[in-house]
Amino acid sequence: MSTKTKPGKVIFNNDAAQKLMAFAALIALFIIFSLASPNFFKFDNIVSIVLATCVNGVLALGITIVLLTGGIDLSIGTSLTFSAVIAGVCIVNLHLPVFVGILIGVGTGALCGCINGIIISKMKLPAFIATLGMQMVLKGLSLVISGTKPIYFNDVKVFREIAMGSILGKIIPGFEIPNSVLIFAAVSIIAGLIITKTIVGRYGCAIGSNEEATRLSGVNVDAWKIAIYSICGVFSGLAGILMASRLNSAQPALGAGYETEAIAAAVIGGTSMSGGEGTIMGTIIGAFIISVLTNGLRILSVPQEWQTVVTGVIVIAAVYMDILRRRKK
Amino acid sequence: MSEVLVSMKDIEKTFPGVHALSQCKFELNAGEVHGLIGENGAGKSTLMKILTGVYSKDSGHIYYKGEEVDITTPKMAQNMGISIIHQELNLMPHLTVAQNIFIGREPRIKNINFLLNEKEINEKARQELEKLNLKIDPKTKASNLTVAKQQMVEITKALSYNSEVLIMDEPTAALTESEIEELFRIIHNLRNKGVGIVYISHRMDELKKICDRVTVMRDGCYVDTVLMKDVTIDQIISMMVGRTIYESKPEINKNDSAEVVLEVKNLNRGKVLKNINFNLKKGEILGFAGLMGAGRTETARAIFGADKTDSCEIFINGQQINIKSPEDAVKNGIGYLSEDRKRYGIAIGLDIETNVVMASFKKFLSFLGWVKTKKTQAAAEGCVESLKIKTPGIKQKLKNLSGGNQQKVVISKWLTRNCNILIFDEPTRGIDVGAKSEIYKLLNDLARQGKSIIMISSELPEILRMSHRVIVMCEGCITGELDINEANQENIMKLATRRGA
Repeated sequence: MSTKTKPGKVIFNNDAAQKLMAFAALIALFIIFSLASPNFFKFDNIVSIVLATCVNGVLALGITIVLLTGGIDLSIGTSLTFSAVIAGVCIVNLHLPVFVGILIGVGTGALCGCINGIIISKMKLPAFIATLGMQMVLKGLSLVISGTKPIYFNDVKVFREIAMGSILGKIIPGFEIPNSVLIFAAVSIIAGLIITKTIVGRYGCAIGSNEEATRLSGVNVDAWKIAIYSICGVFSGLAGILMASRLNSAQPALGAGYETEAIAAAVIGGTSMSGGEGTIMGTIIGAFIISVLTNGLRILSVPQEWQTVVTGVIVIAAVYMDILRRRKK
Repeated sequence: MSEVLVSMKDIEKTFPGVHALSQCKFELNAGEVHGLIGENGAGKSTLMKILTGVYSKDSGHIYYKGEEVDITTPKMAQNMGISIIHQELNLMPHLTVAQNIFIGREPRIKNINFLLNEKEINEKARQELEKLNLKIDPKTKASNLTVAKQQMVEITKALSYNSEVLIMDEPTAALTESEIEELFRIIHNLRNKGVGIVYISHRMDELKKICDRVTVMRDGCYVDTVLMKDVTIDQIISMMVGRTIYESKPEINKNDSAEVVLEVKNLNRGKVLKNINFNLKKGEILGFAGLMGAGRTETARAIFGADKTDSCEIFINGQQINIKSPEDAVKNGIGYLSEDRKRYGIAIGLDIETNVVMASFKKFLSFLGWVKTKKTQAAAEGCVESLKIKTPGIKQKLKNLSGGNQQKVVISKWLTRNCNILIFDEPTRGIDVGAKSEIYKLLNDLARQGKSIIMISSELPEILRMSHRVIVMCEGCITGELDINEANQENIMKLATRRGA
């Protein structure tokens, strides 16, 4: 029964192995695409890769914390849409200040997450079912509230600046990194701190590792689950704002299906679907792997249908590697 | 007379359909080890879960240090100084030792309530581990520790609440002899410091060794509390079961001349199994003794085709056969009864009939693939009768049967499959005393009928009582083979601890 690790002997035994492997895979992809196409490794293209990672990345950060508890949230994609639509209604239709609209948008995401948490912890529904239902509810509500039409932010110029403007470019001329990249970086650091340094991350990991034992240790498991799903909701809301700002519109039909890509990013980065294991660094690498792949394949003129196929294969391969690693243990 | 720490009176508890506890009482003094004993389902764990706030009582009174208390949550019990180590290990495997010990009350960075102070967590955990003289690095992940070390961490965690009452539910179920000694050393120290310890166990010899008093429960009722030194083990057993069980010496039928039915040669699997050779005769019970991790279960699984091996030659009735999977093993008449019945042995949500025919469905299929229900019913009824399975009928779900009767269903399953070689891995684990002797009788009957049995057991008395021959393993090797006439506890233990042989 003893599972003593012998560090150094088997590289797979190392806890960081999956992360290292994912990172190595990312570098390998970079090299392959750079060799395959002269257009790949260029400043503009790199920026566009990073930009494309932001929305999925923020979404993936949120889901990582939920996966850590052994739960799942399938509603993050439509929660993103719903948050964007609500922010759009507030800013465009109700003429509220942009700042307030954003807060309400993010708050909407948090509320959706909170409701998920309550359904899962208090009403004892399996997370898969609860959030699947929520996914459909939010998809429908987004269409209802927006009247199935996109909400455009054309009159509110400043809104587009949130994601696409560049504060950094103003400070350091020529260094035009879009704000959404900065936001993604900031949010990543926050998520990292949440998982490693705060009580939320610790209890999330404990719940994912052994929920009953955590409860018996006197931890209010239900309350922490609600908190964690709410935090995930905040991330979805934020992703919704970034997305709307980038498109300069809230698209009520967009967003469904985004959850699979976010979950894929987390899983490629070594987050365990059964809970207890997962790192923010891994998830960020996972998100980049997906967008580098998408970008690279597009540059090589591979049709989009095939890009999806490749991403799917990568997910299966990544999880299989993880299983092999565990078996060695 | 020492101070009374806990006193429980007239405790009642009903679960849907079950009157779990009725008029139960229990008393614990400071500085005593108090054994709590009863057959499975007697209500020991339920009573202790009420004391620790996991369950709420329907009625009754609990007094702690002389004052009546109402304990509603585990946290409340912990804060009062009552800790429990549950039967199943309750650690978070992905967290470190220190994080496990301080879960729920982590030191924070001053003024910021949600920021963890990891340094202090590790430092405090180190101090707590040192108090018990444990050499465990607080930064190790719990999943990297042996079961015994995990148990020690649980004890450390329980005591770090400054507990005055420590409840241990079957603490030695997964420990080796030397680890049990270590545990007992810790228990002795705690008792001398005035901690009141409740010790729940099935193992009589342990209770005799460690307990000052013992409270016996039966069918959810209180039977008696006695001083350990005043009673014999047999007296306790008869209190538990409400009748006297004679620890009769089994009649072992001689079978020196019997033919060899199974021969295993040159079995190797990495570092786990090294050069295993042995044979099994017709009508024989071959005991496999050794400590946890000696490779006994691994040997059984290798023969059964459940694990890959580096090399293995298996002969059945002199014919070499190739076993690559459990399916091959079953085809050749080998049945394996896992030590973990619930996970590998039975489908707990299905009825007796289905479980009995599960391994041999083909026998009960008609030409078109219909299941011949009359035949399956007859088979199940036959088993219920011949193995004396206590049940209202063959449609009873297995989860409603006791551990002993579940075990009989597993045996039925392999008998229905016509298995002539049966491998029993810890056949009486988690089975109470009364049912144990029935299982023993059953094994003897099977052997007499010409079935050959390999019995893996960690309980030496069981090995000595049941086996015709004993094979002892240690660290993946066979370190000795003893005829039952020359085997005794001492020479088996000597072989079982012959490291690096």
